[in-house]
Amino acid sequence: MNRIDQKFRALRTLGKKGFVAYIAAGDPNLKQTGALAREFERIGVDVLELGVPFSDPLADGVVNQLAAERALKSGTTLRGVLDLVRNLRRQGCEIPIVFYIYFNLVHRYGVKNFAKEACRAGVDGVLTLDLPPEEGAAFQQTLTKAGVHPIVLIAPTTPTNRIRTLVKQAGGFIYYISREGVTGMQSKVATTIRDRVAVIRQYSKLPVAIGFGISNPKQARAVAMDGDACVVGSAIVNQIAQNGRDAKKVARFVAPLIKEVKR
Amino acid sequence: MAPLQELAKEYAKARRDKKFRQQVAYYLREYVGRPTPLYFAERLTRELGGAKIYLKREDLLHTGAHKINNAVGQILLAKRMGKSRIIAETGAGQHGVATATVAAMFGMECVIYMGEVDMARQALNVYRMRLLGAEVRAVTAGQRTLKEAISEAMRDWVTNIRHTHYIIGSVLGAHPYPVMVRDFQAVIGREARRQILKHEKRLPDVLVACVGGGSNSIGLFHAFLKDKGVRMVGVEGGGRGIKPGDHAARFQKGGSLGVLQGTRTFVLQDEDGQIMLTHSVSAGLDYAAIGPEHSYLRDAGRIEYSYATDPDALAAFQYCARVEGIIPALESAHAIAWVQKHAKKLGRDAIVIANMSGRGDKDVMQAAELMKL
Ligand SMILES: Cc1ncc(COP(=O)(O)O)c(C=O)c1O
Repeated sequence: MNRIDQKFRALRTLGKKGFVAYIAAGDPNLKQTGALAREFERIGVDVLELGVPFSDPLADGVVNQLAAERALKSGTTLRGVLDLVRNLRRQGCEIPIVFYIYFNLVHRYGVKNFAKEACRAGVDGVLTLDLPPEEGAAFQQTLTKAGVHPIVLIAPTTPTNRIRTLVKQAGGFIYYISREGVTGMQSKVATTIRDRVAVIRQYSKLPVAIGFGISNPKQARAVAMDGDACVVGSAIVNQIAQNGRDAKKVARFVAPLIKEVKR
Repeated sequence: MAPLQELAKEYAKARRDKKFRQQVAYYLREYVGRPTPLYFAERLTRELGGAKIYLKREDLLHTGAHKINNAVGQILLAKRMGKSRIIAETGAGQHGVATATVAAMFGMECVIYMGEVDMARQALNVYRMRLLGAEVRAVTAGQRTLKEAISEAMRDWVTNIRHTHYIIGSVLGAHPYPVMVRDFQAVIGREARRQILKHEKRLPDVLVACVGGGSNSIGLFHAFLKDKGVRMVGVEGGGRGIKPGDHAARFQKGGSLGVLQGTRTFVLQDEDGQIMLTHSVSAGLDYAAIGPEHSYLRDAGRIEYSYATDPDALAAFQYCARVEGIIPALESAHAIAWVQKHAKKLGRDAIVIANMSGRGDKDVMQAAELMKL
């Protein structure tokens, strides 16, 4: 069974909320990303989202843009990130891994080839940021066939009829964007989250992870309560920008977030 | 994205609405100054000693470039959709100025994103936008030119989508933008076709235009696409020559099919799919992707693509000024450079229409520095 499904099933049995951590693969370098992945697994991160660095990260705010720049500077490629996942699996690391990726990288790699290698390496899900469902259906099917979950994004502005189409292509979990805009930290959480999640639940049985702009334990808990898991990205990336070479130090920032979500 | 679907729906309705079309035509005539002349460049023709050269004078439009054709159409659409805030990206600054202008006329809030490098090389247009009441936001990411400005405008749009309309400046971005911008620019070719038939009683042999994102070129070409005998040439920014990072010619080496900023088209990229750095002396041509319709028409063999290097364009810039008394935009100078090179070979019986997409006032300071005037 796909590691994401296993994880959410276990969480459900325990009656616990999940915690999804996003980091940019290769920031500050791939070796360190490996260390962070193992450390995150140890402290109880449920799903690891790995951003594959792209030169033009359209959907990202400045924190993730700078992280992608650092990752590219350290020589990170899609091939390299796939190798990293393969090595992690070989070392016994079983944390569910989702790629967060811009479609041009997949296109260049070859869609079929990518799906096959992602599955072989041990990638559990792929979130493609810039692929609308009209054009994405074929790719999402290719992923599903290869055993990799296509993770779809739903925004506060996504109308109900579109939610219905989107969730049909989805696997693993639904990623609900807790506010309008790009990734980045914010101090207030949007208030309509619960209503929109209710709409999503009408059409899909998949767990709903909520994120975009979560920066402290209180917010993390609040959004986790509205869904099945919370996603924290930029706030962790910001820590890596400062202490990226010290995985333990980054973990000390993440641990309280997890604790609050699981409380 | 749902907002794109909404925009596509609204545009499809507007396009069938006679009142909307009349409104666009009204502002283009009364405010922008259409139709523009199709000017027979007599001295240029004589000096080059070959084809008869006509210039489509988009440089004479209000604000000085073809960009305003699209800005007028899109702001009327934005009004129709009840939006109160307008954003745009700009490279050379002409699209930014055109957008700031129509936003001022319709009393809408306006924010323009522009790469820092372009703000320096097109400083005159930065002042113009500010004078017109727009806020110009410097973009400092990546290579700090048009590509990053588009990304930043798109980020703003998804953040403020409910009350903001994004007026993209070329035939780029996701559907319906490329089609919509092309439709608003197609007035150039419709006029030119009518005008040449009046002047010459026949269709031209060659159409030539510079290609940044591709709006002035597709604008000129569109009305002639079915005229099989009319050859069409798009001229890209050849920069310092066709080496990685030195040019912006998407159909030359380094360009291949990819996906950038919501468009599947030819993109300058490396083996891993990372977008390559680009260079052109002309800010309006300095961009890694080309409008998707160009990729299609090139593959269909309908349009051919060439390039002019920085020195070619600068030489044409000066030549056109001296021979015709017209200072072209550095972008348009790329089309003139092609004409300079090919007029003679085409022979005296040939008729060429070159698109003078904009005037060169914005480029005078940069050119003075480069040419040590
Ligand atoms: C005068 C002029 N011509 C041409 C261009 C290139 O754009 P496009 O290819 O969309 O016409 C620009 C863009 O800034 C411009 O200002």
